[in-house]
Amino acid sequence: MNMLQVSVWRGAAAGEYRTYEVPRYESQSVLDVVTYIQRSIDPTLSYRFACRVGMCGACAMTVNGVARWTCRTHVAKVAEGNAIQIAPLANLPLVKDLVADMREFFDKWARARGQFVPSATRKDAFARVAADSRARAAVEAGIECIGCGVCYASCDVVSWNADYLGPAALNRAWTLVNDERDGARAERLRAVAGDAGCHACHTHLACSERCPKKIEPTRSIAGLKRAVAMAALRGEL
Amino acid sequence: MSGAAQERVVASAPGASAIAETWLWIAQRASAALLALCVLVHLVTIIYAVRHGLSGEAILARTRGNAAALAFYAAYVLAIAVHAPIGLRTLCQEWLGWRSASLNWLVAAIAVALFAFGLRAGWAVFVAPA
Repeated sequence: MNMLQVSVWRGAAAGEYRTYEVPRYESQSVLDVVTYIQRSIDPTLSYRFACRVGMCGACAMTVNGVARWTCRTHVAKVAEGNAIQIAPLANLPLVKDLVADMREFFDKWARARGQFVPSATRKDAFARVAADSRARAAVEAGIECIGCGVCYASCDVVSWNADYLGPAALNRAWTLVNDERDGARAERLRAVAGDAGCHACHTHLACSERCPKKIEPTRSIAGLKRAVAMAALRGEL
Repeated sequence: MSGAAQERVVASAPGASAIAETWLWIAQRASAALLALCVLVHLVTIIYAVRHGLSGEAILARTRGNAAALAFYAAYVLAIAVHAPIGLRTLCQEWLGWRSASLNWLVAAIAVALFAFGLRAGWAVFVAPA
């Protein structure tokens, strides 16, 4: 049987790669490989997944040096010969093996004012948002984020500046800045401005390149830069 | 926010003011736009001077008392003095992890020096003795 040589990170920050032999099948995902190791070879291997169909964003890992959603990454697409290396997501603290600690990642969504703040009450009529408006199109482009952290793990600026909010949180803020029902625009623009926010982005485009949902956080961040600059020029910041 | 993260945000003094950072960003973008034009004019001038074999004296004859040239180079020097230190500040923050207030003083000094020396050069060719 054709066997795959799988090198997997084991341990916490101080750990090592350990190699496992996994039978290779057609249409095999990287998540299938990790699951095989845990169920058939070493039950102490820790990793995260939930939906297995690219909806939940739980299973992102570093595969051959590149952050990917493992449930929808075919082995055939990433294996170099018969070898594959699997590590936890970069730019995040490590819990154990392939499990990265996502707390800071999601705390930054909150710091970027990623929460919708209603400007109307339940007694008001429904907001009528024109489907073809520019703002609605901007929301549409960024709203399908599954929070997998691939962009965050791929971002050079995150690796240089631990405070940087990161592509996902800023993309979330941009969708809310364009949500005409939201009532916290000024606070949000203040939250995403500056050295830890949108102005730190170097437009390297790694986030847009790697996003499994084909979202372009770089574009969202550029939009935030413009919106923040306009607010500053109008004295609204 | 965790306590450690909060401490880190407070500690990064130059990044503490989102409004100040935004204005620095605007200043850098605006000076970049001015630089795009100035660098182009400057390069064309250099190539013209070289290709026509202009001597130092021939160049000075053109710049001496030339208010337009002085105004152009004053704008150019101003754009450099605004643009370069802001970029240098970002480099120091990201590559060296230097985020204390001392960095702001250093880049401010560099801005003043760039402006002073640049303007001095522009002034020198404006008032050059015949």
